[in-house]
Amino acid sequence: MALGLVVGILLALGQVYGRRGVVIFSSIYEQIFRSIPALVLLFLFFFGLSLLGVNISAFFSAILALGLRSSAYQSQIFRGAIQSIREGQMVAARSVGMSKFQAIRHVILPQALRLSIPAWSNEYSIVVKDTSLAYAVGVIELVREGRYIIVRTFEPMIIYITIALIYLVLTYTGNKLLGYLEEKSRIPGFATEHGER
Amino acid sequence: MSVDQSAMLRVENIHKNYGKEKVLEDISFEVKGGETKVIIGPSGTGKSTLLRCINQLTTPDSGRVWLDGIDITNSVADINQVRQSIGMVFQDFNLFSHLSALDNVRLGLVKVKKMDKREASQEAMRQLIRVGLEDKAASYPAELSGGQQQRVSIARALAMGPKLMLFDEPTSALDPELIGEVLGVMKDLAESGMTMLVVSHELGFARSICDEIIFIEKGVIVEQGSPEVLFGNPRHQRTREFLSKINELYGETGKK
Repeated sequence: MALGLVVGILLALGQVYGRRGVVIFSSIYEQIFRSIPALVLLFLFFFGLSLLGVNISAFFSAILALGLRSSAYQSQIFRGAIQSIREGQMVAARSVGMSKFQAIRHVILPQALRLSIPAWSNEYSIVVKDTSLAYAVGVIELVREGRYIIVRTFEPMIIYITIALIYLVLTYTGNKLLGYLEEKSRIPGFATEHGER
Repeated sequence: MSVDQSAMLRVENIHKNYGKEKVLEDISFEVKGGETKVIIGPSGTGKSTLLRCINQLTTPDSGRVWLDGIDITNSVADINQVRQSIGMVFQDFNLFSHLSALDNVRLGLVKVKKMDKREASQEAMRQLIRVGLEDKAASYPAELSGGQQQRVSIARALAMGPKLMLFDEPTSALDPELIGEVLGVMKDLAESGMTMLVVSHELGFARSICDEIIFIEKGVIVEQGSPEVLFGNPRHQRTREFLSKINELYGETGKK
């Protein structure tokens, strides 16, 4: 998720502000990673990297596959948010003498990231659950761990319900935290307050 | 054009096209230090583009802009450095919406001028006091009225210590009862000796404080002269027509 966040922001900036080459690159990247099923990506990274002579653990290849995939989705979240910031913000920042980089860093991103939180918490929920797909390449994630226990205890329902609950807790706390962050970072007078229309 | 050393701003033969459309055609004028000039003209005649060409937010196709004797259209000039000396105020304020009034004024000081935070806060506060908004320092843009937002944006521009202030229709987006407070600040500024170039339809304001009015239509300067001449006895028929139309809309000139 963190990998996806960093790469995602860079991709979004590339798509919005980049030179032609950068825009094309990030668009192609984003298209590819959004078009391939997560499971297929996992296999491609797992087998592909070792074919290329890069020897990394199944765990790390799964992180790469899921992280880079998520970065493509996240880049679209951020791109939408960045483009919803009115052009005047950039113009005003440049007019006080900020460089383009400073304007993005101090004026555009602080606003865009706030706007991204709701969609981002959505993406978080998806990625948390997608980790279960890493099962397929042999990573010992929640589901595989569960299988091991089932083999010993013969209690599939209890174990699967427990697994489901763990995912629920992970997703719920994550979203709660993000909701809290959204509330904390709300710009006074800007968004509608609770209970107001 | 004669070279006048005392010109704070000199604009020479600016041309700008958007595609085939000629937006600005051979615009030349100058503003001396401490002068206030007002640009008037029908909408869509390139007034805003002209202001943006001056601080290079828009690059003119040809022509030169000199600020205090330095050619800022020259690519050698550090444009971020130059823009610090040219304050700009926008029609729709463009305050940074995620920052309080004080932080709006302070951001440029801290990030661009690399000023110490405490020192920057004091300077930002001084500018807010100057526009009469010290009690709103902690408020966010969305909590301020349009007039207050515009005054904060003036403070933001002033904080950078500009040699020239550009105003792009600073009161056009304001409710009538809020226009006065912004014009009041601008008037004080002009009287304090700031060099100002203002695009505005506020003819009363123009008449009371400006040294010269420039009438632009379809990207060319039709007429320029002192307010007395332009209001009293304009040479061109078009100027007369435009002024009387504005009068109908905004009331008698010079009433303020």
